[in-house]
Amino acid sequence: MLTFILRRIALGFLVLTLATALLYILVQLAPGDPASAMLGPRASPKIKAEFREKLGLDRPMPVQIVNYLIAVGQGDLGTDLKTKRPVVETIAAHAPHTIALVGAALLLAAGLGIPLGAAAAVRRNGWFDRALGVASVSLISIPPVVIAIYGMLFFSAHLGWLPAIGAGEGFWDNLRHLLLPAFAVGIGWVGYIARLVRASMIEVLGANYIRNARSFGLPSRMVTYRYALRAAIAPTIAVLGVGVGYMLGTAAFAEIVFARPGIGKMMYDAVTLRNYPLTLGAVLCATALMVAATTVADILNAALDPRFKDGRE
Amino acid sequence: MSGTIGLRMLLRDPMGLFGLVLATLLILSAVFAPLLASHDPAAIDVAAKLQPPSAAHWLGTDEIGRDTWSRVLYGGRVALAVALSATVLSVFFGGLLGLIAALGPRWLDHLLVLSFDTVRSYPVIILALAIGPIFGGGIVVLLGLLVATSIPYYARVMRSSVIAQASADYVEALRAMGMGRIRIALRHILPNVIGPILILASMDIPAFIMAEAGISFLGVGVKAPATSWGMILDQGFRYIGHTPWLVIAGGLPLILATLGFTFLGEALRDAFDPRLKRRG
Repeated sequence: MLTFILRRIALGFLVLTLATALLYILVQLAPGDPASAMLGPRASPKIKAEFREKLGLDRPMPVQIVNYLIAVGQGDLGTDLKTKRPVVETIAAHAPHTIALVGAALLLAAGLGIPLGAAAAVRRNGWFDRALGVASVSLISIPPVVIAIYGMLFFSAHLGWLPAIGAGEGFWDNLRHLLLPAFAVGIGWVGYIARLVRASMIEVLGANYIRNARSFGLPSRMVTYRYALRAAIAPTIAVLGVGVGYMLGTAAFAEIVFARPGIGKMMYDAVTLRNYPLTLGAVLCATALMVAATTVADILNAALDPRFKDGRE
Repeated sequence: MSGTIGLRMLLRDPMGLFGLVLATLLILSAVFAPLLASHDPAAIDVAAKLQPPSAAHWLGTDEIGRDTWSRVLYGGRVALAVALSATVLSVFFGGLLGLIAALGPRWLDHLLVLSFDTVRSYPVIILALAIGPIFGGGIVVLLGLLVATSIPYYARVMRSSVIAQASADYVEALRAMGMGRIRIALRHILPNVIGPILILASMDIPAFIMAEAGISFLGVGVKAPATSWGMILDQGFRYIGHTPWLVIAGGLPLILATLGFTFLGEALRDAFDPRLKRRG
């Protein structure tokens, strides 16, 4: 198990390094002067000259890539052209809003999706199961940006129940401002998780060890909810890991619609100003978060899977 | 697995039928957009800006007086064109790379799988926000981005299905008869794995429609004079205090399209390949 964890983490770092290098190459391929592409046309000649020297833009590509990786590895993502401060600082200031949003959306997806899926699996092919099936497919296929805009139109503009703009001040106000964006980001995943839990639960309920548990006379509820549900949740965790990466993107829509000062809104504003160091830095941070999430999910998945444990012992 | 049985099953599934009808209507409206449009979608009439629906403008007008109904029709063309080309290109290149990974030497397989993992590690929307403007945006950049980030998915599916088939009895038999690896793969394995992959691909069409609209909403996708549902949503969002009609006109076709293609894809999968259903 330990070797698996270490290997998985090493792979994560390798993938992140390659992704960083690939992003650098991609930007160099962009039409025009690479320094302008990396720094944006608003960068002063001084910043551009410093950048050229630091990465040695006249030197061979592999040297440039290594220099860039070293800079990124030391936490140097460049200078935010608007504030003239390190990109890392700007991102750190906005990240908590995005992390809170994705966290709330994950809670919503798991908190509603798992019980709904389990209930559907137990009452397989009943009316609840069928209705949930249609509802989950519909929820998955409605674009989050539309949910965000329509949600704002209905709950904020029309009913006036929830705030439309910003992140709020203080804990309860923060929470109120979080509701609509988290709904927009997470609701599709409720349907996705429900379907997934239902499918894996149905599979697990037919497995031998569950039948054994029943034949030993363990109470049906205990078998269903303690043993079967636990095994059925494992694949869900792996999917939620991928979900974090996907939600980072959908969070951008919710942040823009609700003017919530997270990473997505920050990038959206930076694009208009052609503040490229900030947008590229944000891509690297988001990629790192996504790689970390999939790595943790893979490890958790292996740790939770009873079959994995059996194989080891 | 037979075609006619599959088709009959599809027609008997109410959600599948619903999806089929919606998808057909969308395709027809996109094909016949020039006939159905009441105005030139690019014609500006500032005097008639931000109007509510009327006999002259069925879905009202935008902030520079362009007819929303006509723009929605042409936006459907863009959505379908992007989604279909993205699907075809990703399946083709992803399938090819997956095949090479499965059949090629060990080191090449490792290298390809690592590069699939690397490309998959980017959050697509975030990447689009940063890379789109650097490359100047537009449909081609958008399509390139969608295809590049989807290739790893199909490559992985193709790779694992080919590897799974490689140990099947019929492959052993063909090998014993002295048939070459590549010939077995192309003539015998490929026809067996391509069906499920095409069904998976059909289920990705709504995801591509959604991605196109989302990225265009962010202003880094489709550019004027072309039109997109995402652009209409973006305009509508900017003028949401003046009129709700633009976000309604941009959002509803988007919902109908993704719903229609999703239900159709699900029904196709259930009808033609029940084995995929269990994977949830």
